[in-house]
Amino acid sequence: MINKLLIANRGEIALRVIRACKELHIPTVAVYSTADELSLHVRFADEAVCIGPPDSKSSYLKMAQIISAAEVTNADAIHPGYGFLAENADFAQMCEDNEILFVGPRPMAIRTMGDKAQARETVRKAGVPIIPGSETVVKNIEEIKRFAESHGYPVILKASAGGGGRGMRIVHQIAELENAFNNAREEALKAFGNPDMYVEKLVEDARHIEVQIMGDNFGNVIHLGERECSIQRRHQKLIEESPSPAVDEELREKLGKIAVRAARAVNYNSAGTVEFLMDKKRNIYFMEMNTRIQVEHPVTEMVTGIDLLKEQIRLANGEKIPKWMKKFNLRGHAIECRINAEDPTKNFRPSPGKILAFHAPGGPGTRMDTHVYAGYEIPSHYDSLLGKLITHGKNRDEAIVRMERALDETILEGVPTTIPFHKAILKDEAFRAGNFNIAFLNNFSF
Amino acid sequence: MRSEKILELVKILESHEIDEIEVSRWGQKIRITKNSNAHPTAEVEVTPATRKVKKIHQQQLAETAAFESQPAVTEEFNPKGVEVKSPIVGTFYRAPSPDADPYINVGDSVSVGQPLCIIEAMKIMNVIEAEVPGKVVKILVENAQPVEYNQTLFIIEKA
Repeated sequence: MINKLLIANRGEIALRVIRACKELHIPTVAVYSTADELSLHVRFADEAVCIGPPDSKSSYLKMAQIISAAEVTNADAIHPGYGFLAENADFAQMCEDNEILFVGPRPMAIRTMGDKAQARETVRKAGVPIIPGSETVVKNIEEIKRFAESHGYPVILKASAGGGGRGMRIVHQIAELENAFNNAREEALKAFGNPDMYVEKLVEDARHIEVQIMGDNFGNVIHLGERECSIQRRHQKLIEESPSPAVDEELREKLGKIAVRAARAVNYNSAGTVEFLMDKKRNIYFMEMNTRIQVEHPVTEMVTGIDLLKEQIRLANGEKIPKWMKKFNLRGHAIECRINAEDPTKNFRPSPGKILAFHAPGGPGTRMDTHVYAGYEIPSHYDSLLGKLITHGKNRDEAIVRMERALDETILEGVPTTIPFHKAILKDEAFRAGNFNIAFLNNFSF
Repeated sequence: MRSEKILELVKILESHEIDEIEVSRWGQKIRITKNSNAHPTAEVEVTPATRKVKKIHQQQLAETAAFESQPAVTEEFNPKGVEVKSPIVGTFYRAPSPDADPYINVGDSVSVGQPLCIIEAMKIMNVIEAEVPGKVVKILVENAQPVEYNQTLFIIEKA
């Protein structure tokens, strides 16, 4: 039984976890850097411990400080949120070694799915379709050439330890190969401390479709339908929705079954997401599994009516997946817009600063998950996510109209945000028709 | 919460230079403010919630755990006084073992590199050393209390 839970994160997700704990009557401990002293997660948690200076390497990523904070407050569980230490197998192991419950999957599952090559091999053996690619890390350009000749260009180079689009290059023809390989290796080394690359065939005109997974400690794994996340800018998702306009009941069944298979392959026992690429012919290919709760989880919560955070904590606490959860259905349609402190007119330059006025939208089917308030100073040390606006409607059209209405209602003064950009996307005819893929924003003029 | 408890809080509010008090206990929360003009979303000074004292197994401390030296974070306090702050989160101990004398007492002179206290974090005893020479004028944390990063532990008057 969890007596007290420490949240090893900041921002809106820290608040989200605190809210779940309050409803479960679990006392909470916030940790914070000196830059986040006035942050809402510090204010809303029952206790708070300062763990270091602003630089996240010395605070939110400092494992010993966080474990120590759990020890001095007698917290017996840690929720890692997303980002920071959420997919760090060493941290999950460290929690276990210190008899602290890590609200997430077992270290082994994190480790396997965190290594791209290992993840591919593991799910392939479990019968999950994968994109044709090199089975192992490619050592040199010759290997890539041979691969591209047998599968055809374009190919994509990916960092073995990568994520978030870093250490990734698309190669359309042989002439680009050498440069792309060297640059991607350099980038991967800098970002992840590991230059290892593998190569795969590029699936063109693909949609990003992901499936929400829930697993318990007794080997039960279920799925809760898909999310459509094709609206991305440089591999960063901006708009997510559920269900996907390109997925029908039959395909949902199939996606769900395959996603459950992937999760079972690592004995998955928490909330997680299996990401797929889907081409025009509706072929699906496994991309990766995220072994954490995701930023865009609220769209699934809205259409299923299931509080994923609360259920994740319950499952970590040793409860079984309840019967009613297996019988989920997707009710209506939900859309999420990520509101970032970025200036869309200046190439999405981050815009830290002080929020002078703030009014959150309301009304039917409207939800805003945010940690900002009037007078809040956005620190420059962390990511630019200010909040997530989610709308729910009886169908996609209603969800879109609600989102337009809610974005209009949102008052956020003091810093440029992505709100005007979202408004422009929502007006786009192809978007409204549900006719788009991951290249949508490449050709989108704002 | 009983009304006499609330009255007690009101008295504290009236007799001190503070604008608001917020107390939460067993799921009940009460917030009393003096200045009704204060806007709820205006900037508020947030103080970390109080932490309960961890039950310390004295036995554990007596074990010969690994000792690591760490320089303390120091900050100018007044022209002479220097705040010695905790560089880590952990449990504060004034002495190397439960039976031993404290490293320092108020009034003692300390030199650079002299041990001031121990902060136990993850079963490692971190010895916090003086970075400036001077006289100990204040010890702000009681023995076996949890401390957070940047919390002031001592005030040393520079020699």
